[in-house]
Amino acid sequence: MFYRESGQFKTGYAADQAIFPILQDRWSMLVILVVGFVGVPLIIDDYWANAVFIPFLAYALAALGLNILTGYCGQLSLGTGGFLAVGAYSSYKLMTAFPGMDMILVLLGAGAVTAMVGLLFGLPSLRIKGFYLAVATLAAQFFLIWLFYKVPWFYNYNATGQISVPPREALGFLVTTQKADVVVRYLFILSVVTVFAIAAKNMVRGRIGRSWMAIRDMDIAAELIGIRPFSTKLSAFAVSSFFIGVAGALIFSVWLGAAESGETFGILESFLVLFMIIVGGLGSILGSFLGAGFIVLMPIGLKNVLVDWFGMTAVFAKHVEITLFGVLIIFFLIVEPHGLARLWQIIKEKLRLWPFPH
Amino acid sequence: MLFFIETVISGLLAGVMYSLVALGFVLIFKASGVFNFAQGVLALFAALTLVGFLNGTTPFTHIDNPAFAMPAWMAIPLTILVMVLIAILVEKFILRHLVNQEQIILFMSMVGLAYVLEGAGDIIWGSDVKVIDLGLPQGAWDWLLDTHGIYVEKIEMVAAGVAGALVVVLAIFFQKTRIGRALRAVADDHQAALSVGISLRTIWIIVWSVAGVVALVTGVMWGAKSGIQFSLSLIALKALPVLILGGFESIPGAIVGGLIIGVGEKLAEVYGGEVIVAMFGRWFEIDPGIFTATENWFAYVLALVFLLFRPQGLFGEKIIERV
Repeated sequence: MFYRESGQFKTGYAADQAIFPILQDRWSMLVILVVGFVGVPLIIDDYWANAVFIPFLAYALAALGLNILTGYCGQLSLGTGGFLAVGAYSSYKLMTAFPGMDMILVLLGAGAVTAMVGLLFGLPSLRIKGFYLAVATLAAQFFLIWLFYKVPWFYNYNATGQISVPPREALGFLVTTQKADVVVRYLFILSVVTVFAIAAKNMVRGRIGRSWMAIRDMDIAAELIGIRPFSTKLSAFAVSSFFIGVAGALIFSVWLGAAESGETFGILESFLVLFMIIVGGLGSILGSFLGAGFIVLMPIGLKNVLVDWFGMTAVFAKHVEITLFGVLIIFFLIVEPHGLARLWQIIKEKLRLWPFPH
Repeated sequence: MLFFIETVISGLLAGVMYSLVALGFVLIFKASGVFNFAQGVLALFAALTLVGFLNGTTPFTHIDNPAFAMPAWMAIPLTILVMVLIAILVEKFILRHLVNQEQIILFMSMVGLAYVLEGAGDIIWGSDVKVIDLGLPQGAWDWLLDTHGIYVEKIEMVAAGVAGALVVVLAIFFQKTRIGRALRAVADDHQAALSVGISLRTIWIIVWSVAGVVALVTGVMWGAKSGIQFSLSLIALKALPVLILGGFESIPGAIVGGLIIGVGEKLAEVYGGEVIVAMFGRWFEIDPGIFTATENWFAYVLALVFLLFRPQGLFGEKIIERV
C-alpha cells in the first residue's frame, strides 16, 4: 500500500535514469543517511564504535570491492586478505614518508597502489577460470603476506615487525590513533564508505558494469559481441583492488591502529569477506552492506548469548561459536543461496501487493 | 650430489603426503562436482576420533579413561564407522539441499562444514595437542643411512607405501567394481546417471565415506609426524596447488602433482636463496636468507606457472566451451 510506484510519472530522461526511481526509496535512503550521519554520532561511544560501527563500515567497503570482482565480473578471488594488507602497508609507508599528507590523499594513494598489485595478480585470469583461478589468487594471498613479513622495508625496520599508525589528519581533523575523537573517526569512515558506495552503484549501472556482467554471464558470448575480455577483466581487478586497498588502509589506520601481516590479514580474512558477499548477495551493492553487517554482528551476538545467558566459559564458548557460525552459514546457503539482498527483493515485491495477496 | 639426491628424495616423500590429501579432494570433485574444502578438517577430525578411541577418552569431558581404551584393530573400524556417519549427515543435511546450485555456493557450504567440524572436534575431543601411537616406525632408515649415507625417515617410507597401496585399491575400485562404474557415470553426467537408475544419494554417501577413509589415513600419517592439532587442518591449503597442477578430475594428476610440488618445494627451500642471489646479486644487495619460509606460497606460484601453459592442469579434462 505504501510502497508502490503508481502515480509517480517520469517526465524526463534524468528521472528515468535515477538511481532510486521510486519516491519511497529516495526517502528511506535519506532517512538512513540522516540516521547514519546525525543520529548515530549522538549516541555512539567507544565500545559501539570500535566493536560494531567502524568494523562494519570498513568490511562493507571491502565486501563492495570483492562484490565488484566476484559478484559482478564473476572472477572468484580468495586473495582479499592479501590485498587488504597491501592497502594497509602502503598507507603506512605513505603516512611515514610524507608526514604532512592529508588522510584522504593517503587513502587514495593506498587504493592506487593496491589497484596496481591487483592488476598484476589479475593477469592469470585471462588464461584460467573458475576454481583454478580461485586457487591462483591464493598465491597472491600467501605471497603478499610473506612479503610484508620478510622484507623489513615495509615496516620501516622496527624491531617488532608490527606497523602502528601515526597521528594524521583529514581536512584538519585528527582521524587516526586512539587520541582521535571517536565521533570524528566514525564520521570520516562513514563519509569515505558513502562516497565509494555511490561510485560503485554508478559504475555497475554504467557501461563498464554492464560489460563486467556480460563477462560474468558468459565470457565467450561477451567476447563475440565485442567486449574485450582483457580490459574488462583487468578493470574489474583494478577497481575491486582499489576498493579493497582503501578498506585495508581504513582497517589499519582508523579501526585497529596497529597491524601485523599474518595476524591481521590472513587467509581467514579472505573467507570472511567472501562469506559477506555470499550471505549478503552476489552482484548487489545493498547485499555487500547487509552481508558485512551480518558477519560483523553475528559473532558479537553469539558470544554475548553464549557467555552471558548460558554461562559458558570463554574458551568453550569460542568452540561453540565456531560450530554455530558454520551451521548458520550452511543454513543460509540452503535457505537463500542468493543472499539477504534477494530477501529484500522479495519483501519489496510483497509490499507492493500488500494488503492484497494477488 | 649426495645432498641433492637426499633433497629430491625427501621432496618426493613429502609430495606423497600432499598427494594423499589431494586424493580426497579429487574423489569428491569427480563424483559430485563439489570442491571439498573441508578435507583437511575431515582429516583432523578423523585423527582426533581415532586417538580418542585409542585412549578411551570420554567425549565432551576430554578425560582419558584407560578402562575404555581400545586396541587398534577395534578403534580403526569404529573410526571408519564414524566417518561413514559423517558422510551420511553431510548428504542428508547439506548436499541434498544444494543440488543444482552454483559451484561457489557449494564451495562456501564446504567452508561452512569445515568450521562445523573444527568446532565439533574441539568440543568433543578437546583442543590440546595429541600424540598418536599406532606402532608406526620412527626415526631414520638405518640401512640406507649406513650404506649410502642418505637420510630418510621411516615414517615417510611407510606413508609412501600406504599411499601407493591406496591408489591401487582405489583404481581397482573405480575401474572394476559395479559401484565404481556407477561412480564414473555420476561423474560424467548427473542426469544421465539418474535416468539409468543410479541413486545419486547412495553414490554421494559412498564417495564421502571413501574420502573419509582417505582423510583418516592422511590424518594418521601427518599426525604421526607432527602430532594431532589444529594445524593439521591447514594441510588442505597444501593440497590446493597440487590439485590445480594435476587437474581437479584426475587421480594420477593428484599423485604426479603432489610429487612435482614436493620436490619443487624442497629444492626451492634449499637452493632458492642461492639462485636468487646468482641471478640478481649483480644489481641488488640481496641477503640469501630472505628466501626462506617460502613453503606457504612457492607451491602456488609453481602451479601457476604450469597453469599458464595448461589451463586445465596437467591431467585435467580439456575444457571445451560453446556459446
